[in-house]
Amino acid sequence: MSALTFTLKHRPDQRVDMSPLVCQKLADLEFAEIAALTLQNGKRKVRVDELFGMAGSDTQNIVIKNSFNKLDFIGKELEGGRITVEGDAGAYLGLGMKSGEITVSGDVGLYAACEMKKGFLSINGNAGDFLGAALPGNKMGMKGGTILVKGNVGERAGDHMRRGNILIEGNAGDYCGSRMTAGTIAVMGQTGRYLGFAMRRGTLLLWNPPLASARFNDCGAHTLAFLPILFTSFKKLNSKFAEGSASFNRVQRYAGDMSEMGRGEVLVRIS
Amino acid sequence: MIINGVTIDATFAEAFPMKATRAIITAQNEKWAMISAQAMTGFATSVIACGCEAGIERVLEPSETPDGRPGVSIMIFAMGGKGLAKQLETRAGQCVLTSPTSALFAGIDGGTRIALGKNLRYFGDGFQVSKLIDGKRYWRIPVMDGEFLTEATTAQVDAVGGGNFLVLAESQPQALAACEAAIEEMRKIPNVIMPFPGGVVRSGSKVGSKYASLGASTNDAFCPTLKGMTQTDLSPEIESVMEIVIDGLSKEDIDKAMRVGIQAVCDLGATAGIKRISAGNYGGKLGPFHFHLQEIMA
Repeated sequence: MSALTFTLKHRPDQRVDMSPLVCQKLADLEFAEIAALTLQNGKRKVRVDELFGMAGSDTQNIVIKNSFNKLDFIGKELEGGRITVEGDAGAYLGLGMKSGEITVSGDVGLYAACEMKKGFLSINGNAGDFLGAALPGNKMGMKGGTILVKGNVGERAGDHMRRGNILIEGNAGDYCGSRMTAGTIAVMGQTGRYLGFAMRRGTLLLWNPPLASARFNDCGAHTLAFLPILFTSFKKLNSKFAEGSASFNRVQRYAGDMSEMGRGEVLVRIS
Repeated sequence: MIINGVTIDATFAEAFPMKATRAIITAQNEKWAMISAQAMTGFATSVIACGCEAGIERVLEPSETPDGRPGVSIMIFAMGGKGLAKQLETRAGQCVLTSPTSALFAGIDGGTRIALGKNLRYFGDGFQVSKLIDGKRYWRIPVMDGEFLTEATTAQVDAVGGGNFLVLAESQPQALAACEAAIEEMRKIPNVIMPFPGGVVRSGSKVGSKYASLGASTNDAFCPTLKGMTQTDLSPEIESVMEIVIDGLSKEDIDKAMRVGIQAVCDLGATAGIKRISAGNYGGKLGPFHFHLQEIMA
């Protein structure tokens, strides 16, 4: 069975809500029924086959070709299966994703994987602001699963994050890990200002020293036993995080945010 | 049946169902992993008075442990799940948490999950940190030498306890030498422990006692000094009897351990003073698992 492929015919001016095209919603539908589904496109509703050329039949393996940054809500609440996006993705990629896997070859917009619950999301390009965060007004961001970003991420990555891993090979913008309740964010590149702002618990694992902050207290240099186990869990990824040279267990530990409950930690690699 | 001059009695050992778990203790080096493991499995020879039976299964290479450090695999057996959980937690708290550089991990999957370090986290007084890695929850508990890392839970599985055989010899040193040889071979078998001191017990028991308060008492039929006083099971030349007790995850595991153990004893043979191999047979009163010696050695 070949992957169910949606190839974008032309780039619409208005944004498209792609949330109906997730594996679990298409599982019991015939090809013609899928083609007849409607997608919200700005103020209009358009048939799937009006926007996309369709091929294949495996609803648990969806490929979106020619994707661009106005295709929003791809993989919303995905529950099993795999979605491969060739190109960029719009906002709310993998919103509330429950399980399964999403791969994007390009960049993604705001709120990617926000309130994600489980599963794996891989972004080959850059991610916008609020990666793995909570929706505005909500108190709980990402609750589980793993996000891998090979490029850079915007501001507020992991805002209100509750559990799971966000792995960033590039740089992170300002307020990375802000208001985190738990979970792990690993950044191989540089981090911006206000790192871990108001974080309560959780771990920010850094390859490079962050900007100095009065809100974090130095707890000294340590060899931590959990780090080898964490890095072993990254071995299965197609990422720099899986490379043996990426792993370390000796870190400088900073505790904070001391203006909050201060049980969070920033661990900075000691090379 | 006679092997190398040693008579294998036409009898069977009786064993009973138990609950078991396995944990992995790692440390900076094998020495300290072993120290912690010995402490954790100490005073755990018999459920009769210790609450559990525990032992060291084997030493683990760094490549076999979750954190890549030298480790030791230990197993604990108890009559019920509740008792097992209590023993595991108490021993983990007093013997591994306290031991320098140690870390503690689950050593078995499946079954019912029971707390390993789940409640030890409160020792962290609010400074403990939880990490969920690949679906397994770990606790990082700050301690004076750094951090104590422990997995939250391990599994409790059905198991078999009380497999045994008796070595009947012409002298005490010969009985002990034969048991030592047996234990050396049996320790190579996975999924089993021999919980008594050094794996050998010299005070085998029978079910019941003349004293109402005791459920078990000395196995007088196998006590050489009582040969003229009781319904003895010993021939005149037997001067010493020792027993090896085996707990295992399954009947098959105990079968294997008994086979290699008895074989090691028989390899020494009659010329080394070993006359007979027998077993703790209580007429079916002790448990539903029966290990027929001659079938095992066939």
